[in-house]
Amino acid sequence: MSLGSKSQSDTAAAQGGPGLVSVAMTVNSKAVSADVDPRTLLVQFLREHLRLTGTHVGCDTSQCGACVVHLDGRAVKSCTTLAASCEGSKVTTIEGLAQGGQLHPMQEAFREHHGLQCGFCTPGMIMAAVDIANRKGPNLDETTIRHELEGNLCRCTGYHNIVAAVKAGAAAMGGARQAAE
Amino acid sequence: MSSTGSATGIGAPVRRKEDQRFITGKGRYTDDINRPGQTYAAFVRSPHAHANIKRIDTTAALNRPGCIAVFTGEDIARDKVGALFCGWMITSKDGSPMKAGTHPVLALGKVRYVGDHVALVVAETPAQAKDAAEAVSVEYEPLPAVADLATAQSPGQPQVQADAPNNTVYQWHLGDKAAVEAAFAQARHVTKIHLTNNRLIPNAIEPRAAIAEYDSGQDSFTLYTTSQNPHVIRLCLSAFIGIAPEHKLRVIAPDVGGGFGSKIFLYAEETASIWAAKKVGRAIKWTAERSESFLADAHGRDHMTTAELAVDGNGRILAMRVKTKANLGAYLSTFASSVPTYLYAPLLSGQYAIPAIYCEVDGVYTNTAPVDAYRGAGRPEATFVVERLVEVAARQTGHDPAEFRRKNFIQSFPHQTPVIMTYDAGNYAACLDKALELADYRGLSLRKAASERKGLKRGIGFSAYIEACGIAPSQAVGSLGAGVGLWESAEVRVNPTGSVEVLTGSHSHGQGHETTFAQLVSQRLGIPIEQVTVVHGDTDKVQFGMGTYGSRSGAVGMTAVYKAIDKVVVKAKKVAGFVLEVPEESVDFDEGIFSSKATNKTLTFPEIALQAYIAHKFTGAQLEPGLKEGAFHDPTNFTFPSGVHVCEVEIDPDTGTTRIDRWTAVDDFGTVVNPMIVEGQVHGGVAQGVGQALLENAHYDKTTGQLVTASFMDYAMPHAHDLPSIQIAMSSTPCPSNPLGIKGCGEAGAIAAPAAVINAITDALGHEDIAMPATPQAVWRAAQKSPARLAAE
Amino acid sequence: MYAFEYLRAESLADAAKQLASKPDAKLLAGGHTLLPTMKLRLASPGALVDLGRVAELKGIDKSGNALVIGAMTTHAEAADSAVVKSSIPGLATLAGGIGDPHVRHRGTIGGSVANNDPSADYPAALMALDATIATNRREIKADAFFKGLFATALQDGEIITRISFPVPTKFAYAKFPNPASRYALVGVAVAQTAGAARVAVTGAGNNGVFRHAAMEAALGKAWSAAALNGIAADAKDMVSDIHGDAAYRAHLVGVMARRAVAAT
Repeated sequence: MSLGSKSQSDTAAAQGGPGLVSVAMTVNSKAVSADVDPRTLLVQFLREHLRLTGTHVGCDTSQCGACVVHLDGRAVKSCTTLAASCEGSKVTTIEGLAQGGQLHPMQEAFREHHGLQCGFCTPGMIMAAVDIANRKGPNLDETTIRHELEGNLCRCTGYHNIVAAVKAGAAAMGGARQAAE
Repeated sequence: MSSTGSATGIGAPVRRKEDQRFITGKGRYTDDINRPGQTYAAFVRSPHAHANIKRIDTTAALNRPGCIAVFTGEDIARDKVGALFCGWMITSKDGSPMKAGTHPVLALGKVRYVGDHVALVVAETPAQAKDAAEAVSVEYEPLPAVADLATAQSPGQPQVQADAPNNTVYQWHLGDKAAVEAAFAQARHVTKIHLTNNRLIPNAIEPRAAIAEYDSGQDSFTLYTTSQNPHVIRLCLSAFIGIAPEHKLRVIAPDVGGGFGSKIFLYAEETASIWAAKKVGRAIKWTAERSESFLADAHGRDHMTTAELAVDGNGRILAMRVKTKANLGAYLSTFASSVPTYLYAPLLSGQYAIPAIYCEVDGVYTNTAPVDAYRGAGRPEATFVVERLVEVAARQTGHDPAEFRRKNFIQSFPHQTPVIMTYDAGNYAACLDKALELADYRGLSLRKAASERKGLKRGIGFSAYIEACGIAPSQAVGSLGAGVGLWESAEVRVNPTGSVEVLTGSHSHGQGHETTFAQLVSQRLGIPIEQVTVVHGDTDKVQFGMGTYGSRSGAVGMTAVYKAIDKVVVKAKKVAGFVLEVPEESVDFDEGIFSSKATNKTLTFPEIALQAYIAHKFTGAQLEPGLKEGAFHDPTNFTFPSGVHVCEVEIDPDTGTTRIDRWTAVDDFGTVVNPMIVEGQVHGGVAQGVGQALLENAHYDKTTGQLVTASFMDYAMPHAHDLPSIQIAMSSTPCPSNPLGIKGCGEAGAIAAPAAVINAITDALGHEDIAMPATPQAVWRAAQKSPARLAAE
Repeated sequence: MYAFEYLRAESLADAAKQLASKPDAKLLAGGHTLLPTMKLRLASPGALVDLGRVAELKGIDKSGNALVIGAMTTHAEAADSAVVKSSIPGLATLAGGIGDPHVRHRGTIGGSVANNDPSADYPAALMALDATIATNRREIKADAFFKGLFATALQDGEIITRISFPVPTKFAYAKFPNPASRYALVGVAVAQTAGAARVAVTGAGNNGVFRHAAMEAALGKAWSAAALNGIAADAKDMVSDIHGDAAYRAHLVGVMARRAVAAT
C-alpha cells in the first residue's frame, strides 16, 4: 500500500518547517511508505496516515502504554518512537493481531476473563500481554504478570481480570504453539 | 424477579457483546473520528493561578502557518453566548442562595486557576494549532492566589469570585443540631478525629475530546464528545448556553474511554468549539493532551473534616457531629455544589442506627481547577468519615472493631435515618459474617506474628459502607435543589423478524450495557441475546436520557427498559389474540412462547413480531400495526447498596512501603444481572479507592497555586503491582423500589476502599496519625511514632 | 514538538559528521528521555541524528576482565544477555528494572549515561563499578564523567561508543522507586573488587549520582549489610520533593545500601 495523496500534516510541513522524510515500513504485513514531517511519531503515522485508530494515546509522558505496538517483534511505546526511526521495520498493531479471521489467543483471553471495560487501554494492554508471553513463556505467575504490566495503565479494571487474562492468554499461546509443532 | 437460569438471562456471566470491537482495535472513540475538512483546536491556558488579563494580542498567532482563527472571551461575550453554570442550587443555613460566581466559557478579564481557558486557536493541523497558541501574546497582571483550603476563608485572603466574600460559596447544614448537642452532653465517650479527604484527578485513560461541526445547509450543529450524558450536554448547550435549539443540535458520545464522573460535566472546550464551528465554517477537532486533563478536568474530593462520635457506656452510638470544608475550585462545575452536600451528609448514618446527626459544610472557592463528582461523589467522603470514626471509637472504647459495628448496625427495614434517607432493604450482619469468614479474621493473630518475625507490621481494616445510588426520584432531588429530573428513558423497537433494538438514555463507557441490557431483553422476550442490539449515546437516535453516573444505569435505566418491555408484551398479546383467534385476556407469554388455554396452537415471539407488522389478522380499527414501545422510569427511592470490605496490609517500617496482602469484599447489590461485570466494577472501584488511600494526591503549591502533580511523573496512578487480587462474594437483599431488585454497583469499591486501607494501616501502626495518601514517606514517618492510641477527647 | 530536521546516521563517522554539520543538533538514541521532553516542548533541537542504524554501537562482549557494552545496547538486551548475566549478574538485574518492558526495548545504556538523569539507574552502576566510558574521541572514567544534574564530561560532537565494566567480585543494586514515575527515589549500587568497595547513590543527591565514602570505608573493612548499620546519607545533600523529603531520602540511602549488600 502506498499513500498517494498527502495528508494535511504533510502539506503543512512542506509549507512551514524543514523538509519531509521518506519512510517505508511493513505494518500488519503490508508494505507502506510515506513522506512525513520529521516530528511524526509512530502512533501518529499509524492513526493519522494509515487510519489504524486501534492504537491509542492516553498520556504525553510515555507512561500509560495505550499506544503499545510491536516493532520488529518487541513491544514499544509508539508515542515515544519517531516514524522515521522505523524505516525498514516490521510493525504489528492490534488490528494485525488476529490472523485469518481468527482472534489471537490473547484477544480471546481478554474477552473470556473480562480483562477490559471501557476498552481504551485494551489494545496496548493486549499487545503488551502478547509481548510478555513471547518473552516469559506460557506459565506466568501473578507476581510476574503484575510486574511486567508496569508500563500499562488501566483505570477501569483494577487489573484483577487483566492479570487473569494474561495468564490464560499466555497459556493458550503456549498451547497453540505446541499444537503447531 | 427470579432468574430462569438461562445461559444469557439475568444472573448469567455473559461474555460482553461489545468486546469484539475493543479487542480488535475497532472501537470508535471521539479522536478516532475524522470529519471532512476538519480543523484542529488548541487552547491558550493561564500559566497563573490568579491574574488580570490586561491585553491579548493575536496578531502573531494569526500570522503563523496554518492558523485559521483565534477567539477570546470577548468574542464569545459579543455573541451573547451564555456562561457555564452549576445546575444544583444549594441554600445556606441562613437562607441565602449559594454564591454561584461567574464562569465564562473563555476568560473575561481574569483568570482564576492554572489551566484556565484564555483563547481558542483553530488551525489546519494539531501542531500548527499548538504553535499558534504559543504565539498568542497575553499580558497578565498576576494577583495573589489562594490555593490552601485550610485558610481560604480567612479574612484578607485573595478573593476568587467577587460575589463570594471570604471565598465562601455556601454554609450549609443538615440534621438536628440541638438533638446532637444534647446527646453529646450525655455521652460516656466522645471520639474526635480530623480528616483530610485528598484531592484526586480522575484520569480516565481516554483524554477528553470533541469534534464540533456546523451544517449551514441545515442550520444545525453536531458535537461528538466524550460524554457520560450526551442529552444533558445538548440540553445545557441549548437551553443555557444558547448554541442552538435542541432539535438543531445533535450530540454524539460514541465509545467513551472511561468517565468516573469527569465526563458528566459541560466543559469550556466543547462549548467554545461548537460555538466556533459556525464561525470557522469547518469542523473543529480538539483532543486533550494528558497535561491538559490534569489541569482542566474537574478534580474530585478535597475535603477537610472534623468529626465526632458520641458513644454510651455500652458501646452504642448516640450521635455524630461533622464539620467539613469542601474545596470547589475556582468555578462551580456542573454539579459541584451537590457533591459535598446532598451526596455527602445524607450518607453519614452509614450502616448504623444513629439517633442524631448534625453536619455543617462550607463550600469554598480557591484558585484551583473546579472540583466535581468523581466515582462515588460525596459518598466515599462520607464513608471515610463514618468508618474512620467508628473504627477509632471501637479501638478507644476497647471493642473489637467488627463487633462494635455489629452492635450498632441497623437491624430492621425500612429505616429512617436522621439525615433524609429511608433505607429500604439490607442485611448488614450477613455481609459482615461472610466477610469475617472469607478474610479469616480468626487467623489474623497468627499472620500478625508471622509478619512480626520478618520485621514487618500487619494490620486489618474494615469498611462497612453504604451508598445511595440509582439517583434518583426527580421530585426528591428537585426539592433538594437539582435543576433537572433524574429519571431515565428507554425504547424497545421490535423488528418484523423479531430482532430487537433497545434505545436507552443510559450511556456505557465501560459498564457493559450492550450486554446487560441485552440480557434483560433476551430473558423477558425469550429471544437469543444475539437478536438484541443496544443503542445509546446519540441524541438523534435516543429521544432523551439523563445518562450514566451515580450507579444508576441498572436500577433506573434498565427499569425503563423493563417497563417498555411490559408494554411490548401487552401489545404482543393483543396481536397473539388475533392470530390465535382467542380472547386477548387468555393469552399467556412465557419464555418466548405465546399460548392460550383456549387453543393448542402456540406462537414464538418472532412470529408475533411479523404478525404485528404484516397486520393481516387485525384491522386498523382493532389495533395499530407495529411493535415499538417506550417508557420513562422515575424511581420512588434511592437504592442502598451496602457491604463490608476487609483490607489486610503488611508494612515495611524501614521503607514505609504498604503491601496489600488480602482484600475481601462482600457486597449487597440486590439482584446481580451479570456477576462477571459486577465483579469487574468492584475490582475497578477498589483500585481507585486504594489509589486514593495509598498513592494519589493532586498537590497544588499553596502559595503559587501551581499544580505540582501535573503528569503521571508526579501523580501516582495505581499500577498492577500496587494492587492485590480481590476476593468477592455477594450477599443479596433485593431492592424493593424497582421490579428487577437492582441496587447498583459502580461506585461501591471506591466508596468502601479508602477507610478499609487506612483502618488497616492504623491497626498495623498502633496509632491513628496518618493521612491519605499513605505514601511510603508518610508511613515511614508514622512508623517512627510509638504505638499509642489517641486519647479520648 | 517543535519542527526539527531528521538525519539518519549509517555509521559512527557519519553520525559525527552530521552532528558537526548542525549547530543545534542532538543525538537520538532510544529517545525515551529526549522525545518526551520534546513532546512537552521543553527541548527544541534543530536536528536529530538518529543512531538507531549504527551497527558498530551495538553489542555486548567480554574483553579480558571487562564487560563491554555498546552504547546503543538496549536495556532489554543487557538484561537478557548471557554475557552480562554471567559476568555481572547484578547489572543484568539493574537493566531489567529500568522503566518498564516497553521502555527497555528502546532505551539504551549510551542514552541513559549521556543524559545523566539524577534519578536514572545506570549512572550509579557505572560509578560503583568504576566503569570507563569510551567515546569517538577518548576514554573517560565514570568518576570524571558524571558532573551533576544532567551534566557530563561530554564535549560538543562527542559520541559515546561503549561502556567498559571491570568485572567485580560482587555487585548489586537496590532501588526504591518513586511511587509515581517509577524512577529511583533512591538507588544504591554496591561493588566489591579485589581490594576495595565502591558505593554509588542515585535519585537522592542534590547534585546527582555520588559515591558514599563512609559506606565504602565500612564495606572495605567488612562486606556485610551489618557493617553499614548506622550509616545513612547527610540530609543536607539530599533532594527534597513531594515524594520524599531529605530526611526520608537520607534514611533510604542506608536501607537500600544494606539491601544491596545483602543481595550480593
